[in-house]
Amino acid sequence: MNLNFLDFEQPIAELEAKIEELRYVSKENINITDELAQLRLKSEELTRGIFSSLTAWQISQLARHPQRPYLLDYIERIFTEFEELHGDRAFGDDPAIVGGMARFDGQPVMVIGQQKGRDTKEKLARNFGMPKPEGYRKALRLMKMAERFKLPIMTFIDTPGAYPGVDAEERGQSEAIARNLYEMASLKTPIIATIIGEGGSGGALAIGMGDRVAMLEYSTYSVISPEGCASILWKSASKAPEAAEAMNMTSHRLKELDLIDVVVPEPLGGAHRDIELMADNLGRMLRTNLADLTKLSVSELLDQRYQRFMSFGQFEELS
Amino acid sequence: MSWFEKLLPSRIRTDGTKSKHTVPEGLWSKCPVCQTVLYRAEIDRNLHVCPKCSHHMRIRARQRLEAFLDPSPRTEIGAELSPVDRLKFRDSKKYKDRLAQAQKATGEKDGLIVMRGYLHGLPLVACAFDFEFMAGSMGSVVGERFVRGVNTAIDHHIPFVCFSASGGARMQEALFSLMQMAKTSAALNRLNQKGLPFISVLTDPTTGGVSASLAMLGDINVAEPNALIGFAGPRVIEQTVRETLPEGFQRSEFLLKHGVVDMIIDRREMRQRLVSLLAMMTRQPSPLVALLPDQSGQDTPPTDYAPDTERDSE
Repeated sequence: MNLNFLDFEQPIAELEAKIEELRYVSKENINITDELAQLRLKSEELTRGIFSSLTAWQISQLARHPQRPYLLDYIERIFTEFEELHGDRAFGDDPAIVGGMARFDGQPVMVIGQQKGRDTKEKLARNFGMPKPEGYRKALRLMKMAERFKLPIMTFIDTPGAYPGVDAEERGQSEAIARNLYEMASLKTPIIATIIGEGGSGGALAIGMGDRVAMLEYSTYSVISPEGCASILWKSASKAPEAAEAMNMTSHRLKELDLIDVVVPEPLGGAHRDIELMADNLGRMLRTNLADLTKLSVSELLDQRYQRFMSFGQFEELS
Repeated sequence: MSWFEKLLPSRIRTDGTKSKHTVPEGLWSKCPVCQTVLYRAEIDRNLHVCPKCSHHMRIRARQRLEAFLDPSPRTEIGAELSPVDRLKFRDSKKYKDRLAQAQKATGEKDGLIVMRGYLHGLPLVACAFDFEFMAGSMGSVVGERFVRGVNTAIDHHIPFVCFSASGGARMQEALFSLMQMAKTSAALNRLNQKGLPFISVLTDPTTGGVSASLAMLGDINVAEPNALIGFAGPRVIEQTVRETLPEGFQRSEFLLKHGVVDMIIDRREMRQRLVSLLAMMTRQPSPLVALLPDQSGQDTPPTDYAPDTERDSE
């Protein structure tokens, strides 16, 4: 299996290559099962070691890993009867945002999230997961529909950010994002937002105003990309590793700061190493939180959501 | 430079007299558009609008609110709040030092000033971003002051007006800063539920996280003439699309054409136009009747607020 190893995973890559080689040799009737098993154990240990102390920059590379599972990978594993709904009813359909109804443990829900492309052609078609105003307006249309039919909303965030282009500006990118923040604050149905890869700024928040906000362990959530931050504050994009560290953009750190509620553990080596296990963990988290949220009355739900947003901030108050 | 100063090693030598500002702190100043040399007191009197070409220069938050609201009574909201650096953020400089520097340079604790007061007798809460304070970026104090302003408007059942001028989120506060978009938008939703009007005045420049949250959420969105308003900054867009952007792209007139703002209002007419809008939105008698210049004179607008200057200059 080609795992597409990242730079910092090179020692694992070398060991895995050795294992592959031996496996090939073992086919020629030399019994080295024991050695193989030992090497596998060693590889696992090595991975565990490397992954126990990842830097923010390494995590942001994992969050953008070319083999990282995307929204549609999870939809097919966690939901049934997914019916995709298209278009904002005003301008067009944005393939960078996927949305529709589906069943979760048999219960109907609304699923919405950004979708990146796997190969070049699909990447272009999905605009690298960067939505335009019509994408956010489609998302809002579906969320309003969910409110009307009392369906819980589950959003999945995976975007470098909202698309910064001429057409997006002409159609009011700012207004589209702002409108979603505003409307999501008072939608009368539970919202669970999960960051599954990149949580890029306003483009992420525009579908991320949840009653619960979760992050997969190796996903990131930040006000600007590390490259963008580095080129503005350090005047050089090559300082991205420093920027990633400074911005506290990783799941465990954001949980410590109370800016998110849940960290969903990833399989050893990251979500792409074992999608089934990842989908299981994600499904379990959604189940627990949905059960908690459905216990609340609508006014309790909205009140808690409002208090959650009001609590965000760092300042001191002189009396 | 004197021979003595030359002897000093460069790191000790300070060129304190050379200001980096394009506008010198002297008596005279130049309009950046028509290059006319203007008397500073005249610029102040004219609300930082060039009397010759009507170019709207940037204006400090406190000065704007003082010119916008009736002279008294006014109460400042959230002045007791000051920023902290929980993340110990450090780029080429520490955030703590940047804050101290900005506070010293501007005389403000942070980049948003909120006041409760009156506009031609109509009670309201108004706030203004101070672009001089770290490019008007939205950190936690800005968000919290904004929310307290909105809550004051709700408590007294009065309208809310915001003048934005901001580069967007404050990167040094990382995700705390992004969350201010959520916080301010949620507060405006509450204001709306109480049936109270919100007028958002977008001034030069309003981009990024501020544009993509509170500034676009007015019942009425107003722009000042020729202000840069957009989600992404023009440089970022140019890098993305790799082509030169058309003339006037992301300027107020462009936004009006694309249906993003309701109207463009000259700063010198702001008081009169907004009170007229707010009175209609709150179903009150027209304040303009009382403002007619040929009345007994008691209720005429203050003379330092010269609504007719533009027409005179044309």
